[in-house]
Amino acid sequence: MLSEIPPIPSQNDARPSVQIDGVSKSFSGVTALEPVSLKIRKGEFLTLLGPSGCGKTTLLNLIAGFLEADSGELFINSELVTQVPPHQREIGIVFQNYALFPHMSVAQNVAYGLRTRRVPKAEIAERVRETLALVKLEDFADRRPRQLSGGQQQRVALARALVIRPRVLLLDEPFSALDRNLRTAMQVELKEIQSRLGLTTVFVTHDQSEALSMSDRIAVMSRGRIRQIGSPTEIYDCPQNHFVSTFVGDANLFSATLVETDGKKVSLNVGETRLPLTTYQDELPAAGPVTLFVRPEQCRLSAAGQDGAIPATVALSVYQGSYAEMHLDCPTAEGGRVMLRVPASEALPVGTAVSIALPEQGPAIYAKEEAAA
Amino acid sequence: MKKSTLDHVLDWSGRILLTLILGFVLLPFFVVLIASFNDSAILSFPPKSWSLRWYANVFEYRDFGAGLVNSLKIAGIGASIAIVAGAGFAYVMDRYDFALKGLLNGVLMSPLIIPNFTIGLGLLILSTSASLPRTIWLVIAVHVIIVLPFVVRSVYVSLQNFERRYEQAAESLGASPLHVLVTITLPLLVPGLVSGALFAAILSFNEFTASLFVVNQRTQTLPVAMYNYVREYADPTLAAVSVIYVLVVAVLLLIVHKFFRLEKVLNVE
Repeated sequence: MLSEIPPIPSQNDARPSVQIDGVSKSFSGVTALEPVSLKIRKGEFLTLLGPSGCGKTTLLNLIAGFLEADSGELFINSELVTQVPPHQREIGIVFQNYALFPHMSVAQNVAYGLRTRRVPKAEIAERVRETLALVKLEDFADRRPRQLSGGQQQRVALARALVIRPRVLLLDEPFSALDRNLRTAMQVELKEIQSRLGLTTVFVTHDQSEALSMSDRIAVMSRGRIRQIGSPTEIYDCPQNHFVSTFVGDANLFSATLVETDGKKVSLNVGETRLPLTTYQDELPAAGPVTLFVRPEQCRLSAAGQDGAIPATVALSVYQGSYAEMHLDCPTAEGGRVMLRVPASEALPVGTAVSIALPEQGPAIYAKEEAAA
Repeated sequence: MKKSTLDHVLDWSGRILLTLILGFVLLPFFVVLIASFNDSAILSFPPKSWSLRWYANVFEYRDFGAGLVNSLKIAGIGASIAIVAGAGFAYVMDRYDFALKGLLNGVLMSPLIIPNFTIGLGLLILSTSASLPRTIWLVIAVHVIIVLPFVVRSVYVSLQNFERRYEQAAESLGASPLHVLVTITLPLLVPGLVSGALFAAILSFNEFTASLFVVNQRTQTLPVAMYNYVREYADPTLAAVSVIYVLVVAVLLLIVHKFFRLEKVLNVE
């Protein structure tokens, strides 16, 4: 199956598939989306990731045309579509609850977008059959949506969106109604179809693991703003601010004081401990109280009292099979706790005094006040 | 866990109370049902001998037949007009924001607080001073006014519960707003529309007070014919009419149930 998949279209294609220029939206005076600018490459799988109320669904509805932007312009394949109504945008959508038309059969649902385009009957039949085959539902054409399982309903919704050969595919939390195993299977399947068709896709989710596993790029959003945009690796390894660091992946945060900065080399105090670090950040906060961020897997446990390591005490050890989660009481940590994972055989008893050693590269430093964002 | 004696007492007294209440609700109908088979020419209870002659009389007395035809006509046409107009108003109220929305809502709901006889009297005065003939259309107009609030409410509730994602999905698939309305919104609203029309028809079929003002001998409805009958005769014919009346409405409901499932239509599912 994989050998049939053509290569993903060049990521350097000069023309963006979707271009968003300073688009904003507020609802009766409450800002849902600050002016946002974004270019989505042809064939790219872009995820809008954020907690509920962050503006990701608003942005999706603006791209689809269900909402009218207060400001800014929107282009699809270089065509200005800001004022174009949704039915002329040639966009495919899969909703969270699928919104399959309950009064139509599976085949009629899939054929709907072709019938509105007055495609000849014979071609409709052919394309419906083809698309149902693509989502492996050939044998369900005459069923009603309510006779299908959640996973099957989602395939129908996908087929219905794909059959019109949309310029952009929008996915609004499509997996949230599925149970865990089915979800993973559908993610793989969707990703495979998407990259085989080279389909520009905007995917809205609040689930970071979905975002990390499926996306070419992720735009992390909060409070109506894009807080960081980048590949899953960039987002996970190099979060640029406090919000992104805690929203994606696990984070250990320490209260620290930034003493001096020299390019990307910094020196800071965590409690009594002086730490020299090299960060990946382009922008660093001013000297003074800051938050030091480090991923659990970058922390190492070492003996108590070690030089250049942060003192802590084992508070709880949670056995997880292949590894154990060690929760440590640490007076300099924000929230008083630090978590790190060790091989299950190396778990330490509760009450053991330890110290946490940080790597010289990897941690990041964020301005304090961002904690609220 | 074993039930205590108190639980048993409460359990049984509850059942008895429920039965009594239901019995009380149905009591008038049973009294009338029994009275309709009374052989005696006086409306008395309980009957001493039994007969079907009052049922025969119902069909011989011409005003009832004509009244039934009028009532069915008025209910049918009135409910049809009310459902179209009501659905239109409900759609506008649900989908659009405009300056006088509150006023429109108030006007649409006003027949709920204005008594039926006021509506009848008003149209009577109006039609007399404008020298309008007292045709069946005048009666229909009165009935439309009376049932409109119920229809608007019924369709409005269906629209409020309507999943907008269906329409958005259709739009994204290239359907123009009109096409969405015809192929998605209306078909999915059928239960709401049927329930609205059904309510309207039954209300109209039962309406008496306002009708009394605007009917004449030719356009009188079944309830008015019954009223006129009871002013002249006191025999059990009226009881027989009542029984037939209830049967007609029940058959109507059964038909709706067969095609649309009543629970869905009445939003009690």
